[in-house]
Amino acid sequence: MPPLAKLKINGETVDITVDAETPLLWVIREQLGLTGTKYACGIGVCGACTVHIDGSAVRSCLLPVSAVDPAQEIVTIEGLSSDGSHPLQQAWEELDVPQCGYCQPGMIMSAAALLNQNPSPTDADIDAKVTNICRCGTYNRVRRGIHLAAEINKRGETS
Amino acid sequence: MKKERVNVSRREFLIHSTAIGAGFALGMYISKTDNTALAAEQAAVGDVPEVNAWVVIKPDDTVVIRIARSEMGQGTLTGLAQLVAEELECDWAKVTTEHPTPGQSLARDRVWGSFSTGGSQGIRGSHQYVRKGGAVARQMLIEAAADDWGVDIEECRAVNSVITHMPSGRTTTFGKVATAAADLIPPLEVELKDPKDWKLIGKSVKRLDTVDKLTGKQVFGADLQLPGMLNAAIKACPVFGGKLKSFDADKVRAMPGVQAVVAVDDNAVAVVAETWWQANSALNALPVDWDNGPNAGVSSETIAKMLDEGLDAREAFIGNEAGDVKTALENADKSVRATYAYPYQNHATMEPMNATALWTKERCEVWCPTQNGEAALQAAAEAAGLPAAQCEVYKIHLGGGFGRRGAFHDFVKQAVAIAKQIPGTPVKLLWSREEDMQHGHYHPITTARLVGGLDKDGDLVALDVRISGQSILASVNPNWMRDGVDMFVFQGMMTEGDHAISYSVPNLLIDHAMRNPHVPPGFWRGVNVNQNAIYMESFIDELAHAAGKDALAFRRKLMDNNPKGLAVLNAVAEKAGWGKSVNEGVYQGLAVCKAFASYVAACADVSVDDSGNLKIQRIVAATDPGHAVNPQQIEAQVEGSFVFGLSALLYGECTVAGGAVEQQNFDTYPSMLIAEMPKVEVIVMPSGGFWGGIGEPTIAVAAPAVLNAIFAATGKRIREFPLKHADLRPA
Repeated sequence: MPPLAKLKINGETVDITVDAETPLLWVIREQLGLTGTKYACGIGVCGACTVHIDGSAVRSCLLPVSAVDPAQEIVTIEGLSSDGSHPLQQAWEELDVPQCGYCQPGMIMSAAALLNQNPSPTDADIDAKVTNICRCGTYNRVRRGIHLAAEINKRGETS
Repeated sequence: MKKERVNVSRREFLIHSTAIGAGFALGMYISKTDNTALAAEQAAVGDVPEVNAWVVIKPDDTVVIRIARSEMGQGTLTGLAQLVAEELECDWAKVTTEHPTPGQSLARDRVWGSFSTGGSQGIRGSHQYVRKGGAVARQMLIEAAADDWGVDIEECRAVNSVITHMPSGRTTTFGKVATAAADLIPPLEVELKDPKDWKLIGKSVKRLDTVDKLTGKQVFGADLQLPGMLNAAIKACPVFGGKLKSFDADKVRAMPGVQAVVAVDDNAVAVVAETWWQANSALNALPVDWDNGPNAGVSSETIAKMLDEGLDAREAFIGNEAGDVKTALENADKSVRATYAYPYQNHATMEPMNATALWTKERCEVWCPTQNGEAALQAAAEAAGLPAAQCEVYKIHLGGGFGRRGAFHDFVKQAVAIAKQIPGTPVKLLWSREEDMQHGHYHPITTARLVGGLDKDGDLVALDVRISGQSILASVNPNWMRDGVDMFVFQGMMTEGDHAISYSVPNLLIDHAMRNPHVPPGFWRGVNVNQNAIYMESFIDELAHAAGKDALAFRRKLMDNNPKGLAVLNAVAEKAGWGKSVNEGVYQGLAVCKAFASYVAACADVSVDDSGNLKIQRIVAATDPGHAVNPQQIEAQVEGSFVFGLSALLYGECTVAGGAVEQQNFDTYPSMLIAEMPKVEVIVMPSGGFWGGIGEPTIAVAAPAVLNAIFAATGKRIREFPLKHADLRPA
């Protein structure tokens, strides 16, 4: 019987039965059924599997689930907001950012981690921190979306 | 319970009208005894009868528009809905969409036309009949209201889902009359709106499919979960044409979750497990012996030799010819000669190939992302060994297509072949990225030698283009060839039509020495304009330089017979400030092309530092697609096509060793990132009167515009790709 582990994900603590070496991505997708987090390369290059651990962007396809402490807060795209109202989600909707949409959960999670650490990122900050691959080519709208989300955040703070 | 609504007289009428070919299939009723099709129809429309094949209106006025083509990011779902809604006169805020299934299409005599989503055909290939579908539904709704009121139909009008009897001012809504409208005989002929009266076509409405993509809710093929489903990972012989010799299943049978290890066709092996991670882990541990077959000695070097030989071959297929190029070159005051080469490239959709299949002796169902539902159904039926009428395909949202999921359903056949060995259990087959990278249907490889002749005034009098290399059609669809010629090879260089050459050259010869290596080629976003526009537009730049002429002026002089091409070229030149002083260290390059019936041009601004680092600062792009259905989505496609085209230019290369593709993942087959993305300024300039494509055409001009700007910056003419191999340090 594979070991039992605990994970704190999207605010809930869950028990999982899984081989310790299984990457977090596949635990999220196949054990927990949260399929918003995507598989695309499996080698930590493309960023489609990006989730937050304690607020930072992590590529979950390489990280063994055993390396995640039960106290660490994992957030997936499904847990970014309860109703799709995160400023990035608002901005993305406003600008019609996604094309096929497959990379977008990872893209949004990368951008959200950036905004957590840097509420007003410059273009250079975005270039440095958002290194997800989008084959459809949504990059310019992604950039505008991050700037718009930063503005939405600011408006929220001042109102 | 579904309302009984088969009206005998109407049914006869419909079958009759379809049989005589009314031009537009007005919706054929399904026989009640055809349970499969009826059940499928019920599943699609619920309890509400359709007004016609394209339109279902619910009592709460929700408009469901049926979309047969696939949505893979290119926005065609929204664009097609706009076309139907324009004629339907419905409230756009109430529009939703659904995909009819290929099985329903089969049962209804292909009432929705083609499902094929490629060649930038989604809108330009179906605008006529989908608009008619909307117009017919509108007429039926108005007639139902007029009947109810006992008034003349001519006195009623529909606007925004509301029908008004003009003389009395009485109103009703689409939702209230939809059921009655469904029982009416559709009008045989309807008039489509004059483009000047369009309200929704041409408007930058938002996409209809965005929200679920922001929350993780959107289900892609790879995400599908069915009750009792197992997961499969697969490995096919890495060498194309090789076979599976043997595998030692006992070595992995005891690994966690493993349910089965099965041979798939004659060239692959799959592990089926409870989860995909378990399946793939066991597959990686599985000892497999391959028979690499006759191609094991093929490499990029042997392929290059094969193509080089074609450059000098005496026999070649002629694609475009005028005057006497041989004599004109002999008499030219100056001649210029250059050889270019373009590599294999993988589609690399973000979502790897996948399909889920459920097989029993009586029926086979497949859920998959596909660019052509009907082709997927055919592939499923073949692999299942069942008639197509006993199979069904459910299209699941695509995580990218780019041509990989249209003409090829290898992944569907494999999924069915696996499911057939586990009857009654749904099996989801997901390719690893490595499998996806090594088993593509690649952008074909070609090389081209161009010779141009200039007269004493520096004008182009002769152009000889020899293309040597791979034909997609010879491998994929030989039926489309004529007398052995693959005309697709000449895209962007043809005498006329959707892919006509931009220039009039008095003495011209463009021919193709077909050389087909064993690596399977495929339609890849942009298809053959990707390399042809690089060949043509880079070489035109070389000729202008040799003539000592401005690259814009040199082109203009050759475009007297191409006013629309000239218009897009002038538009980018003007907006980009061509010929005027740009910022220090910034250099410009131009390109123009006609592709997929649209006229496109680009002007790139680049800088190259002393270390040879390229920065693409900005690209100004213009497109004239005739009619522009949704300008903001056209802008998105132009930007997106640039990412695809520039990723190909900068990094895209699949090399061959031992008969197999060497690249296995995004580390060795990179794609450009946001940091490399230029500003893109898009000029959408529809001139009306025709329908051009959107998803692909602009890909043609990104790379050559950048290459010409690199030459301006460095004096270096890059003729082999990708650019990652080039030393761009200024000469």
